[in-house]
Amino acid sequence: MTTKRSNAPIFWVLFGAGGALAALVGPILVLVTGIIAPVGIWMPQSVLAYERVLGFAQHWAGKAFLLAVVSLFLWHAAHRIFHSLHDVEIHAGAGTKLLCYGSALFGTAIAAAALIDIGF
Amino acid sequence: MTGRKAYVRSMTGWWWRNPFFVRYMLRELTAPFVAVYAVILLVGLARLAQGEAAYNAWLATLRHPASILFHWLLFIAITYHAITLWKVMPKTMARLRLAGRALPEFTVTLCGWLATLTASVAFYVLVLRS
Repeated sequence: MTTKRSNAPIFWVLFGAGGALAALVGPILVLVTGIIAPVGIWMPQSVLAYERVLGFAQHWAGKAFLLAVVSLFLWHAAHRIFHSLHDVEIHAGAGTKLLCYGSALFGTAIAAAALIDIGF
Repeated sequence: MTGRKAYVRSMTGWWWRNPFFVRYMLRELTAPFVAVYAVILLVGLARLAQGEAAYNAWLATLRHPASILFHWLLFIAITYHAITLWKVMPKTMARLRLAGRALPEFTVTLCGWLATLTASVAFYVLVLRS
């Protein structure tokens, strides 16, 4: 006899991990990559220069960080959006679940492929 | 089933009636912003894999005033996410005990806020120095 286990804990762990990571480094990441470095205040514009970012993405630690940020942020958002649909009168079913978690999985695959493509 | 159509009370805008639910909806609304930022980074990664010209084009887009303005919006939303996540945190876990006494929920929240602050300063210094 086999017990049918729920897959909910997997999605919840990804949601929780992504939420915590976004809470820890989300604001500073947006500030650095989207405002401070592009404008060049409090930090030279060169911190986002091609050679520098490429070097970071080629290092294993950089790869792990980038994959964690992109992927877990997506899983966090997918889970939260999926469970908020009811509040905006969209009745969630298998289709919406597939759409939410499917996009997160798709994003994860693209990020992984890009990081492999970038090389070591 | 008969052909009668039962009256169904509309729930449109239900959350506007109570400030607690407005805050709840604002908190949930941070998720799309987190997703959009992840997609911006994902595009950057894909551009980086395509080479220098593609990456520099992405970088030029980031420097556009509209992008800077949009990132301020992302910053506000994701900061709100960070603030509220640590506020919710003690409610999602078992009550911590320290020397036999229950730790106040606010202590957990405060530790979370301090963790975000520490991680932010560390990240900034790391980016500047490396």
